[in-house]
Order: sequence, then C-alpha cells, then structure tokens
Amino acid sequence: MRNVTMAVAVGLTVAFSATAVTAGAHLDAIKARGNLLCGVGTGTAGFNLANSQGKWVGLNVDVCRAVAAAIFGDAEKVKYVPLTSQQRFTALQSGEVDLLSNNTTVTLTRDTALGFDFTGVTYYDGQGFMVPKKLGLKSAKELNGATVCVAPGTTTELNLADYFRANKMSFKPVVIEKVDEIRAAFFSGRCDVYTTDSSALAATRAANVPAPLTIEDFVILPEIISKEPLGPVVRHGDNQFADIVRWSLYAMLEAEEYGITSKNVDEMMKSDNPTIKRILGVTPGMGKALGLDEKWVYNIIKQVGNYGESFDRNVGMGSPLKIARGQNELWTKGGLQYAPPIR
Amino acid sequence: MAVAALGSAPRVKVAPWNDPVIRGWVFQIVVVGLVAALAWYLVSNTIDNLNRQKIASGFDYLGREAGFEIGDTMIDYSPASTYARAIWVGILNTLRVAVLGIILSTILGTLLGVGRLSPNWLLNKICAWYVEAFRNVPLLLWLFLFYKLISEAFPGPRQAISALWSSVFLSNRGLYFPVPMADPIHKWMGVALLVGIAGAVVLHRWAKKRQEATGQPFPSISSGFGVAIGLPLLVWLAAGAPSAMSWPELKGFNFEGGTVIQPEFTALLVGLVLYTSAFIAEIVRSGILALHKGQSEAAAALGLSRGQSMRLVLLPQALRVIVPPMTSQYLNITKNSSLAIAIGYPDLVASINVTINQTGQAIENILLIMAAYLSVSLSISAFMNWYNKRIALTER
Repeated sequence: MRNVTMAVAVGLTVAFSATAVTAGAHLDAIKARGNLLCGVGTGTAGFNLANSQGKWVGLNVDVCRAVAAAIFGDAEKVKYVPLTSQQRFTALQSGEVDLLSNNTTVTLTRDTALGFDFTGVTYYDGQGFMVPKKLGLKSAKELNGATVCVAPGTTTELNLADYFRANKMSFKPVVIEKVDEIRAAFFSGRCDVYTTDSSALAATRAANVPAPLTIEDFVILPEIISKEPLGPVVRHGDNQFADIVRWSLYAMLEAEEYGITSKNVDEMMKSDNPTIKRILGVTPGMGKALGLDEKWVYNIIKQVGNYGESFDRNVGMGSPLKIARGQNELWTKGGLQYAPPIR
Repeated sequence: MAVAALGSAPRVKVAPWNDPVIRGWVFQIVVVGLVAALAWYLVSNTIDNLNRQKIASGFDYLGREAGFEIGDTMIDYSPASTYARAIWVGILNTLRVAVLGIILSTILGTLLGVGRLSPNWLLNKICAWYVEAFRNVPLLLWLFLFYKLISEAFPGPRQAISALWSSVFLSNRGLYFPVPMADPIHKWMGVALLVGIAGAVVLHRWAKKRQEATGQPFPSISSGFGVAIGLPLLVWLAAGAPSAMSWPELKGFNFEGGTVIQPEFTALLVGLVLYTSAFIAEIVRSGILALHKGQSEAAAALGLSRGQSMRLVLLPQALRVIVPPMTSQYLNITKNSSLAIAIGYPDLVASINVTINQTGQAIENILLIMAAYLSVSLSISAFMNWYNKRIALTER
C-alpha cells in the first residue's frame, strides 16, 4: 500500500506546488535542510545494506556519501530512505528523496517519460539466473516451463518476459514486492529460478542463503541476458544539482585513474602534476564552476575513497562477494569505466 | 397570538443583506464557486507542473504493449498484450478472490455465529476462541503465515503429494487437478444452466402463487435444483457425453495439463475468509440474539416445523439486523484483497503498481484503481441495499 500512498503524494505535490522549478532550487533546498535525502534499496549486500551497527554501507551508498562530501564537506550528512523497486520512482518524482542510488538501470523511458536525469554509471551489470544446483541445469535455454521469482516494476521483469518470448519458452512468474520475501520464496522452493542483476545474484548467494543450505547449493547460470547499466538518478529541473551528482562520480573515477586514494590524498595535494592539482582544487576553478568548495574532490576522496577503493571494499576482492572488476575496470585497464576529464 | 400576527403582517422591507433567503443563496453560490475554483486550480496546476517536469500524461499508454508476464490469469494474457488487458486481468483476479471470499466467509461466519449460541459447551467455546483469535490479529500477519505454511510445509513438485489414483497433486506450486478438455459443448451447457436457473425462479413463483390460492404446497426448491442442474446435463448427454479430461502430468520443472489453484491465491483466500468470518459470526450472533424468544414459541404454537419456523419466521427478522453490517464486511473483503501485494497474488493493485512503475504515470493509474474499487464497492452496496429493502419489515 505504501506506493499507492506515495503515488497519491506525487499527485498532491504536483497539484499544489505552484512555484516553477528553477536552476539550483533542489540544491538550495538540500543546503537549507543540511542533509542529502538519498533513496537506496531495501537491502542488497555490497550495494546498499544497513550493517550490524545500523550504518548504511555499499557501492550505492558511497555515491550518496560522495555527493554529501562534495556539497557539505561531510560524507555523513546523508539521510537514507530505503525504497522497494516499486516505490523508488514515485519517491523521486514527489521529492521524498533528492537522489536515487538504488541499482536503477538507465533506460530511455525512465530518462524521458518519468521526468528523470541519469548522471552516470556506477556499475555495468547484466541480468542472470540463479538455480538450485540439484536441478542440474547448465544453461538458461533449459528453463522452459520454469517458475521464476522476480521483483516487480523492474527492467528485470521485462527482460525476463522478452528472453522467454525470444526463445519460444514459457514460464510462470512469482512477483513479490519485498526483496526479502522474493528470496524467501526462492529458497523455500516456491520458484525454480531467481532472476535479477547478476551482481545482486552474487550478493544474495553470498549473504542470504538460509541454513542448512550453503552457497554451494546454488549456481548462477552462464547466460547474461541484458545490459544493465546501473547509476544514480535525479529528477528533471535542477541542472546544477544533476551536475554535482554526475561529477562526484566522475571525480571518484578520475582519482582512481590518477592514483589518488584516501590514504595518499594529503601527499597528492603537494603533487606537481597539473591534472592532479586541478582535480584536488590546488589550482582553483573547478569547484567554483560547480558552485562548490574548491576542496570538493579532496573531501570525497578523503572520506569515501576513489572508485576502485569503494568497489574493492564493497563488492570486490576485499568483500565477501568477491566480484571481479570485469567491465567495471577502468578504460585504461580494458574496462568500461571512463570519466570525462575534470578541466 | 403574537406569532400569528407576525406571520400575517405585511412584508417589511429589509435590506438584502438581512434577508435570509437572499443570504442563503449568496452563501451557496460562494461555496460552490470556491469549490469549483479549487478544482480548476488543482487540475490546471497539475497539468502545468507535469508539463514543466516533462512527465508524460494521458491515457495513451493503455494501448501499448505491457511487456511483463502475470503468473495467474483467468483470461488469455501474454507479455505481448496491452496495459489495458494487464489491468483487466488484475481486476478479474480481484473479483475472483472477492466473490469467493464473500460466499465462503458468509457460510463459515454463519456456522460460527450459530455455533457460539449452541448449548454444547465445547462447540460454543471453540467458536468463541476462533472469533477472538482471528479478529484480534492483523490480517496481513495471517496472510504471511498461510503463505509461509504453504511454501515451506509442502514438498516441491517432484515430491508432490498425490491422491485419488495420481490425478490430484499437492505441492508448493499449488493444487493440480484434472479438468474436462475444452469442448464446444461447454458453452451451450452454460447457456442451459442459465435457462435452468431462470426456469427454477419461474417455477418457484408459480408454486408460491398456487399455495396462496389453493393452500397446496409444491416442493419448488428441490424441483428447481433439478431443473437448473438437469438441463445442462441433458445438453451434455445430447452432445454424446464428451468426457475427455486434461490430466496434470509432471513435465520438466512443473506439472502441465489439468488446472491449478496457486499458493498465493489459496493463502489470500484462506486468510480473507478466516479473518472476515470471525466478524460475520458476531454479526449473525447479534442478529439472532436480537429476536424475542416469543417469536420461535409463537411459530411452534402455529404448528410450523423447526426448519419452517427458521426459514419463515426467525431468519427474515434476523436478516433485517444482519444485512446492513454485512454490507460493510463484504466491502472490507473486497478492499482487503489488495493486501495480495504482500504475498505476490497478481490482483488489481499489483497490475497497476507495475504499470505505474513502467510508465511513470502515477496520477492516471491511481485514478483507474480508484474507479475500479469504487465501482465494485458501489455495486456491492447497491445490491445489498436492494436486498435489504426487499427483506425490510413491510407494514400494512
């Protein structure tokens, strides 16, 4: 029912808000409020999950923290709003959150008809299938007639239907809104298959398998059936805020490319390299152009780390998920992550 | 008298702002004007803001391809169908669970209500405990419990529990059972059933008239059933009694053939029925307790049998107390069925939610969902009000 409430909220907001949205309006509101309202998922290990101390951690969470560090100079000035796949868009449209960093796939409809702007890609993903090992499956092509657990209102749900149609196979979906309930349905055997982005499959397999089952009892099939570029989203109407979100992510990538880490950032401030001097605000101009403090990148890297550090800590080899960098490696190392220059 | 004198006195000229008639008109015009202005402001401002934020609007999306699959459909549906059809599938699923829920909870609730009045101590206490347990725990928790029970307690399809010479299978995929193979004669059997029901109604009316005129009773209820069921049976026999069945069979992941009652539907229906019947039981009990004891004694004194006195004397009077609060319970079942979203039954809310998410058009979809629930609820109310009027005490 919560998303119906939220949808009504959109209606009311749209109906009553009389002031035209002008450049900087969202940013001014955020500054006046003193914190950033960041929409995250309800719990996917490595991407957005409240840890045992109740502190949100993950790759998506780091994007929120980076934006807060850029705006306030303090990565902790974020209020996290956990949203299900169905609630997230209405929450962003109605202004309940400033920024959505929730494993949201960039698509044309969302960019246009929903009134959003995507500000980069935090993770290049693709949709996969997870099945119990005892079924003995080798390929997704053998899934004809299977019962599939899937989250509603996602590109996953649409890709799934497309894939089975394209391969002339049939399936029965079990569609539940809360991700915990979907996983429970899959692990209890209500479904043969669980499908979502392969990164989230890896996270589920690493963190959510209930005892006495173990990680070894489940396999992820080799087929990747879609492109899922996941990235932060803001709503139309405030280009300045959209720019800040976009360049906060780019700054993390640029920092990795030039070897700036949370550990060496203080020494890097003394670097002679003109590019590094520009990135870190030693040569002023970049911060002013965004309407931020000149030390915005310094704050991001010092408090959050560069993209590589965040990846490794949350989903990479330094985490229980152990996902290889793969497509998410920097372009200089054969991956797709490529940030335009900060100049 | 002073009052009469005032009334007949020639009309004194009062200033228009002191004239109650004029004042009344002015106030009403002002109120209507304000409401209209507010409505106009809201609508135009909404359209304006939607345009400014470049959010799509209008109902064009209904004709576009939905692209998502639905797990439990009563009509043909595929991802290639339109959004309008996906929403229609949702409406039918909501109606299915609501109609079955209303029928079953009425039966169960009546039994429980009568049971609570039983002189049998055990039966009485069981019914009382049932009512207290079910109406004092939120429905959502019951739904989660029943869904978990079904998906955790029953085995997978390959270890399904089979019964009746391996024709019925129970697993965590649902209850599979055989159904007759589709045959063109089924349509005509449906027509025959409708004709039979109409015939039974006519027969009942005729029997009533005859009894009023001649005093001769006629077993119109049993013969009416005979007509309603016999006619389709005759049609079936006339068509050569086609008896091909579709049997459920384990193929690959799951059973194929036959038909299935899915766990999500079962959990929702069981939850709704058990929860609502607790309320209905109390309504029935209060209805019966509202009758004076003298009514059944008087019926007995007239020589009516127990069944006759229940049907002709007690129930008609108890119904007058029972029907109005029953309407609210029926409306509650319909609206509570939207909790389906929590356990994944594809009802109207589920279809609309996915549609909102894929199209981003929250306002239009919320209007649709409100219109759908409003028309279902108003139909139930209208029917119950008609029925209530029919059974109301007619004073001669």
